[in-house]
Amino acid sequence: MAASPAYGEEKGGTSSLGEPEYGHDPASGGIFSADYKRHDDLKEMLDSNKDSLKLEAMKRIVAMIARGKNASDLFPAVVKNVACKNIEVKKLVYVYLVRYAEEQQDLALLSISTFQRGLKDPNQLIRASALRVLSSIRVPIIVPIMMLAIKEAASDMSPYVRKTAAHAIPKLYSLDSDQKDQLIEVIEKLLADKTTLVAGSVVMAFEEVCPERIDLIHKNYRKLCNLLIDVEEWGQVVIINMLTRYARTQFLSPNQNESLLEESTEKAFYGSEEEDTKDAKAEAASLAKRKPYVMDPDHRLLLRNTKPLLQSRNAAVVMAVAQLYFHLAPKAEVGVIAKALVRLLRSHSEVQYVVLQNVATMSIKRRGMFEPYLKSFYIRSTDPTQIKILKLEVLTNLANETNISTILREFQTYIRSMDKDFVAATIQAIGRCATNIGKVRDTCLNGLVQLLSNRDELVVAESVVVIKKLLQMQPAQHSEIIKHMAKLTDNIQVPMARASILWLIGEYCEHVPKIAPDVLRKMAKSFTNEEDIVKLQVINLAAKLYLTNSKQSKLLTQYVLNLAKYDQNYDIRDRARFIRQLIVPTEKSGALNKYAKKLFLAQKPAPILESSFKDRDHFQLGSLSHLLNAKAVGYQELPDWPDEAPDPSVRNVEVPEWTKCTSREKRKEKVEKPFYSDSEGESGPTESADSEPESASDESGSGSSSSSSSSSSDEEEEEEEEEGSGEQLLDKEEEEEKRPKKKGKEGSRKAAPRSSGSEDEEEEDEGSKKAKKEKISQERKSHAETSSEASVSESSSSESDSEAEAKQRKAPPSSRAGPKEISLLDLDDFTPTPPQPVPSSSIVSASLVTDLEGLTLTDASLAPALLSPAFGTVRTYELLHRMAGEGLSVEYCFSRQPFPGDPHMVAVQIQISNNTDSEVKSLRVSEPKPHSGMRIQEFPEIECLAPGDTASVVMGIDFCDSTQAANFQLWEADGHE
Amino acid sequence: VSRSVCDYFFEAQERASEAENVPPVIPTPHHYLLSVYRHKIFFVAVIQSEVPPLFVIEFLHRVVDTFQDYFGVCSEVMIKDNVVVVYEVLEEMLDNGFPLATESNILKELIKPPTILRTVVNTITGSTNVGDQLPTGQLSVVPWRRTGVKYTNNEAYFDVIEEIDAIIDKSGSTITAEIQGVIDACVKLTGMPDLTLSFMNPRLLDDVSFHPCVRFKRWESERILSFIPPDGNFRLLSYHVSAQNLVAIPVYVKHNISFRDSSSLGRFEITVGPKQTMGKTVEGVMVTSQMPKSVLNMTLTPSQGTHIFDPVTKLLSWDVGKINPQKLPSLKGSVSLQAGTSKPDENPTINLQFKIQQLAISGLKVNRLDMYGEKYKPFKGIKYMTKAGKFQVRT
Repeated sequence: MAASPAYGEEKGGTSSLGEPEYGHDPASGGIFSADYKRHDDLKEMLDSNKDSLKLEAMKRIVAMIARGKNASDLFPAVVKNVACKNIEVKKLVYVYLVRYAEEQQDLALLSISTFQRGLKDPNQLIRASALRVLSSIRVPIIVPIMMLAIKEAASDMSPYVRKTAAHAIPKLYSLDSDQKDQLIEVIEKLLADKTTLVAGSVVMAFEEVCPERIDLIHKNYRKLCNLLIDVEEWGQVVIINMLTRYARTQFLSPNQNESLLEESTEKAFYGSEEEDTKDAKAEAASLAKRKPYVMDPDHRLLLRNTKPLLQSRNAAVVMAVAQLYFHLAPKAEVGVIAKALVRLLRSHSEVQYVVLQNVATMSIKRRGMFEPYLKSFYIRSTDPTQIKILKLEVLTNLANETNISTILREFQTYIRSMDKDFVAATIQAIGRCATNIGKVRDTCLNGLVQLLSNRDELVVAESVVVIKKLLQMQPAQHSEIIKHMAKLTDNIQVPMARASILWLIGEYCEHVPKIAPDVLRKMAKSFTNEEDIVKLQVINLAAKLYLTNSKQSKLLTQYVLNLAKYDQNYDIRDRARFIRQLIVPTEKSGALNKYAKKLFLAQKPAPILESSFKDRDHFQLGSLSHLLNAKAVGYQELPDWPDEAPDPSVRNVEVPEWTKCTSREKRKEKVEKPFYSDSEGESGPTESADSEPESASDESGSGSSSSSSSSSSDEEEEEEEEEGSGEQLLDKEEEEEKRPKKKGKEGSRKAAPRSSGSEDEEEEDEGSKKAKKEKISQERKSHAETSSEASVSESSSSESDSEAEAKQRKAPPSSRAGPKEISLLDLDDFTPTPPQPVPSSSIVSASLVTDLEGLTLTDASLAPALLSPAFGTVRTYELLHRMAGEGLSVEYCFSRQPFPGDPHMVAVQIQISNNTDSEVKSLRVSEPKPHSGMRIQEFPEIECLAPGDTASVVMGIDFCDSTQAANFQLWEADGHE
Repeated sequence: VSRSVCDYFFEAQERASEAENVPPVIPTPHHYLLSVYRHKIFFVAVIQSEVPPLFVIEFLHRVVDTFQDYFGVCSEVMIKDNVVVVYEVLEEMLDNGFPLATESNILKELIKPPTILRTVVNTITGSTNVGDQLPTGQLSVVPWRRTGVKYTNNEAYFDVIEEIDAIIDKSGSTITAEIQGVIDACVKLTGMPDLTLSFMNPRLLDDVSFHPCVRFKRWESERILSFIPPDGNFRLLSYHVSAQNLVAIPVYVKHNISFRDSSSLGRFEITVGPKQTMGKTVEGVMVTSQMPKSVLNMTLTPSQGTHIFDPVTKLLSWDVGKINPQKLPSLKGSVSLQAGTSKPDENPTINLQFKIQQLAISGLKVNRLDMYGEKYKPFKGIKYMTKAGKFQVRT
């Protein structure tokens, strides 16, 4: 339990040693003996200059905390070391701080400035850990500082820091719940984050802070569904649980028609009476009126995207998916979870325990689901008792007419078990089977009666109780059994069993007229020594006998009632008084007397033996509340299905304005997806009609480009065309094994909106043709051809191009320009006036953005075969168009290889071709201006490039896992530059 | 949260007769205690509000796995000795109750596991065992693998281990039998290898669960395992062979256990023999049986191996070793019962353990292993093994 106080927030998952170990133990007591003189040494050590001494001191202090000793008086000495260089010391200081900061708030403030400094550190790890500790220090004064830090971190470049910010949110909330509104803003912002790293943590924060703000989810719903498979496993659990709740509020029940149908057929089946059939007809009519249920495509998306997670190795994830299916899926589809749940039964016994609880609940509602796995629930003698009992519960729930015989045979073996609690449970289970399945009732009863001769008292007692319940169903035939049981009263000592027998005899005393008074006589003799419950039944028996057979039992009854009158228990005294008044006729007693017989010997309905798991399913399965069958703190009720479907359009992510920031974000989303989830949602057979809206929104590239195409000027169209094709290339790459069918589909989809754009359609077609041709021409690298080609394109009179063309003509091809700004990721790409003089480079960079990001993130998963820079398979991208570069064109590709010099770098293969008719000399990269943290390893200078020649070089760029562009300048010089 | 919460737990622990019977979830007035029991140690987590219990339990198991990974054994002494490392590890694994890094590969990068060698080095050089670098894996799309892995010998070993869970009834017929298999891998490859593993008969696998590294889609479509492996040891997949396929039970047990009512003596006889082993020898056979409480002592003579009867726990265990089909091992003798008690009404169940090397009882076979993404040629090895899981014979 050591660490629990340190974590103490929500659930301190910590270890505790098996035995309570508060005191000393001789082994380590020597070192850690807590006399306070030692603390002086520790202080000295902490003040020393040597890291090793500090470390040693911190280790001892942490060990002290672990033993539960108070180390708070060392606080000032420890806090001083918060700025220590040594990382291990620092970490241990953090541990200490988090533990004691709340107690010593003033001193804790000393450390804050260190963390504030840490928040600005260029290293993302340090930023994150500073935020983490800062938010863990529970000092109310620093709330504004924390708030500021969280806000800042939420827009940090590094997803890791953003994740930490998400973690910090619930911490701050628990410290000061007044910050809720501001925190919700941050959550909203983080929910829009597209990285898998953040998703789980922010949903966690959402659940903690504002689970009721379901409206925040709308816009992110589809994204969360799609990201789900790549989120780390703990995040998956949280997200799935949240989405279950969300779906319950937003979609219609998939089973509403079915349940109606079922009801009506059931009634038609059993109800032979007229009203029933009428009812059924009416229902059928109402059913017909209802429009057929169509599942919301988003609902389908959720089900589809969670299904693979059933294969997760994490039991919690499997359980989360299982509960999602149970609560959300149409009946026909729920079956898939059974297999996965049965698999979990192989796991640790604690996991088994939880899973079986849930299976028990499910098996009541959907018996068919687990029937094929009946044998997996057979019990082994080595199972812990609680597991055995749960398995028994499941077996009982699964019992039906066909499998009852096998189950009963199993039960027979169980009855002989050494574990008596388990045997008792088995007997009850048999009783339940017998009540549920009429066919086997007699067999069960006979079996139970045999058990009455068992030597173990507990077994007998339990059987008696169960038999009692069974007999109540059909007492007439079983007077033999009652007689047999009457005999048992001599031997059985378990009060519950004795009480049951007495009750039975009393209830059916007409069937056993001879024995009943005799039993009463015996009981009267031992009355004073009985348990309360037995005494009450003795009184009952006496009363009943008095009414039916007053001749034989009058005296006995009087005697018993007299005994009861002076009993210590007031219940028994009350009962005796009441019964006396009721049955013994006196002058005073009034009308009630006449009805005494009716009161006592009325037909009593047979009890229904049912599972304790019935109706547990109103708790969300898999939740703590379900397990305990009681509401836990913070439990969120699972809402009922709405009657009317809420507006599904709230989940639509509107096609964003074609501004630079949104386009960038869109891109990012595209990039994020490809890892494993890629082809999953998108391609293949799953892409059915119902997933249309999703793919439409994902197809941001095409959607948005088409939207802007209608609004933008002719000038831009060409750019878009290129950009669009770039996008398509990317798509192809992302989904490598994609069928041609899909390509066609995409193409047509792209074409469709554009054709509606009417008038300029023709022009555009031409534009695309031209673009293609241009590509071809580049490959050939023939200068002459290009120019002729260019003239063709000129005829199609695209403004920008002609401009560029003109420019090229004006500038003599031999003129060598100075440094050209080339950006791999130009964010200004779609501003109406692209920065001159390199219009084409910015055109290209539009698609580069995606490519670059895509590659940095996906290089590991893609194209495993690409070992050598084979150009046939690797896409190349244009960096510098030959026109903008005045005859020099540069293409690049990611060769998917680690850069030889440095594992952090990505190798970028650059192909430079000289399309001019003179030599280009000493090409080199200079003045790399990378963003913070990025590094560029330039390629060696190319001394000379002959006309028409091509050279390829490799340079390394460390993108620092960021998506920022790498900017550098390419110099070509002829000596004087 | 004060330590006194644990008192509830100790109370429950005392109430339970056996350690396994302590309920995993204990509600207290303000908190909930979730516990797991492993290696004879209870690990308890305290939670304050609603959370999926499996979430916590699974996490606790991960913690135990990590400790085991770090310290070799997970014992009380080990935890006490390494309390600082335990703290550091927990600190990394959990932030405010939400799991952070649970992949032991990454943790090891953050905090190096203590070894004797490192302790020596640390004391000399004064360096720490906390990694000073950002675990690159955590930020990448393959969080389970760190970058820049280098080995001189590139090896990839896969162990296919199958366990038979079975219940055999008195007469020797199988009541239930199923095969649970796992593929454990030990991959030590340089760089970022991308592996594919294909099976001869993938249809056998009825239900599978994967390490997160396995690409699910390819399994769905092609029944091929394609993955970028974590560095070192990991469980690639675990599977289940459906009960519909008949499971070949490789051993049989003949038993004759009887207690007589009158005398305080009983007869006891067990013979174990091979059956359907496909020519492989059955090794490491171990028979254990929990005797009824009334058994005082047993005088037995085994034809091979050694046997022990613990009169306190009433546990009989017989270490048989290899089964020689020509000379079947048997254990015979008499049982003395406590005088005066009636004969126990149940015969003890027999639990069996055995191992068969070089055989996967389900017939699963790995077809080939290919590597992409790196140039060198790795050394590949595959081992099969069949073990008894929960194998019980009712008598």
